[in-house]
Amino acid sequence: MELKKLKAKGKYEWVIPRQGEMRVPGKIFANQGLVEEMDEKVYEQISNVACLPGIQKFSLAMPDAHWGYGFPIGGVAAFDPAQGGVVSVGGVGFDVNCGVRTLHTGLELEEVKPRLKELVDTLFNIVPAGLGSRGKISLSSSQVEGVLTKGSQWVVELGYGEKEDLEFTEENGMVPGGDPGAVSQKALQRERRQVGTLGSGNHYLEVQWVEEIYEPSTAAKFGFKENMVVITIHCGSRALGHQVGTDYLRTLAEASRKYGIPIRERELVCAPIDSPEGRRYFSAVNCAINYAFANRQVITHLVREGLGKVFPQAEAKLLYDVGHNTCKVETHRIDGQERQVYVHRKGATRAFGPQRKELPRPYQGVGQPVIVGGTMGTSSYILVGTESGEEKAFASVCHGAGRRMSRKRAMRTWRGERLLDELKSQGIYIRGHSMSGLAEEAPLAYKDVSEVVEAIHNGGLARKVVKLKPIGCVKG
Amino acid sequence: MGRFEYFEHLADMGIIGRGASLAQAFEEAAKAMFNLMVDIDQVEPKERIPIHCQGGDREELFVEWLNALLTEADINGMVFSRFSVESLTGEELSGWVKGEGLDPERHHAKTEVKAATYSGLAVGEKGGEFYARCVVDL
Repeated sequence: MELKKLKAKGKYEWVIPRQGEMRVPGKIFANQGLVEEMDEKVYEQISNVACLPGIQKFSLAMPDAHWGYGFPIGGVAAFDPAQGGVVSVGGVGFDVNCGVRTLHTGLELEEVKPRLKELVDTLFNIVPAGLGSRGKISLSSSQVEGVLTKGSQWVVELGYGEKEDLEFTEENGMVPGGDPGAVSQKALQRERRQVGTLGSGNHYLEVQWVEEIYEPSTAAKFGFKENMVVITIHCGSRALGHQVGTDYLRTLAEASRKYGIPIRERELVCAPIDSPEGRRYFSAVNCAINYAFANRQVITHLVREGLGKVFPQAEAKLLYDVGHNTCKVETHRIDGQERQVYVHRKGATRAFGPQRKELPRPYQGVGQPVIVGGTMGTSSYILVGTESGEEKAFASVCHGAGRRMSRKRAMRTWRGERLLDELKSQGIYIRGHSMSGLAEEAPLAYKDVSEVVEAIHNGGLARKVVKLKPIGCVKG
Repeated sequence: MGRFEYFEHLADMGIIGRGASLAQAFEEAAKAMFNLMVDIDQVEPKERIPIHCQGGDREELFVEWLNALLTEADINGMVFSRFSVESLTGEELSGWVKGEGLDPERHHAKTEVKAATYSGLAVGEKGGEFYARCVVDL
């Protein structure tokens, strides 16, 4: 991206001044190098989002931003229904509530190392993943309805996990307002036996250890000790969520025409929040959000089973679960007033500061744990949300490293088999369902996650707490 | 003769179908999409499934066609290798696909395609050849 089109505000904030039909300015959080590396398309997409009705304060992009669908991936925007604010498929994505959760195991690195292969192989066999994967759990139609309206709470009631898990899941694992009637029959049919499945692409299950602690007091509150092993799950709402996105792409395309909303990029199709189409879409999104929470909850149950087979003494305790493809109703301070807005985070993670009442009790006064996933060869980070991040970015941060190389180029550059050997020599054991899929996910196809996290930390959006290193990974 | 190819997209993948008619361009694009999921040469056309869809214009219709195929594949646990667009007006499409039950090993399962999207979407004709393209979300 050309720097001359931007106004630098310090070293980590870049403003796209309001021009043309933009209702608010745009803002990118990143260091100069990351901005220079960003696609021009990101500039265009931030500006397009800034033109949507009812947008508040600014149209934002995180340091891992890249060209997305209407919104950039790494895009954040808040809309006020009272000012004609909209909901958009582009701001949520097709994998609704794709997200991450991290589980403490209570095990030390030295304990796990000798049995790492056994652990990863067990997880590989126990958690269904890859193209067309189906789980063992077959839900009756009333049970599916339960999942769509009650999310994790419902599957915990069915016996998948513990009550305590709910407290450590964003929204307690259930958003209200999900009406299954807003979800098409096709989406329901596609759900068949997919709860508790990982999927493919960049989704994973990773065994990691605490390599570095930056903020000891917060790390302790989050339950981290040096060399402790954790397991992180990354996945979303599977075919049900994809179908919700697909179904409403057309509904919202019609709604945009009906309400005369000027659309500068097709994928930005949207409907006023306060319209029958907008309410119906948001309701379907809530169902898919709940489905994704339930999916990660059932996978957690399977991970516990697998972990227990290899390490009967292990006790998997949930650190936190947070989505990064969502639209949420939240209260934010805007122009000195507390206001309820619809915050779209497309490839961005919520990061509430210490005073938020939504936080689990043990994290109140501390801040929300934020999980930033790296790649299978690099690091992941746990950050903590801050008050300044609430002020600057509607309490949002990045979600990962962000791609720097297309899948096509990655496949030309690496072979899955060789990549596995290379990572093995670095002490990282990988099991994947597809060799070409592995090549696409090569670590060097992504931006440097440390640089992305540094920009978040120095930009005041969240603070670094610990760095996690992978030792084992199951790829979908 | 129709053919399909791919174009670069940072996070996902662009697909293009080309042919002597718009219908053929749509069919070729469908091949491109399924070839991301499996090796379509390994998929036998054992079972036929009818497809009907509608869209506000031919671009929307193209995305609807691809998404209808993903939905049918997923609901039936199948993958497809033969695609036929029988009738194509500005707003409506009818056709069929043939394939068989997914066998991850025999079909060399690759990646899931979440959805066909409006990104990079274009349908048209150039130099007597029709094309249909868009980015698919992986």
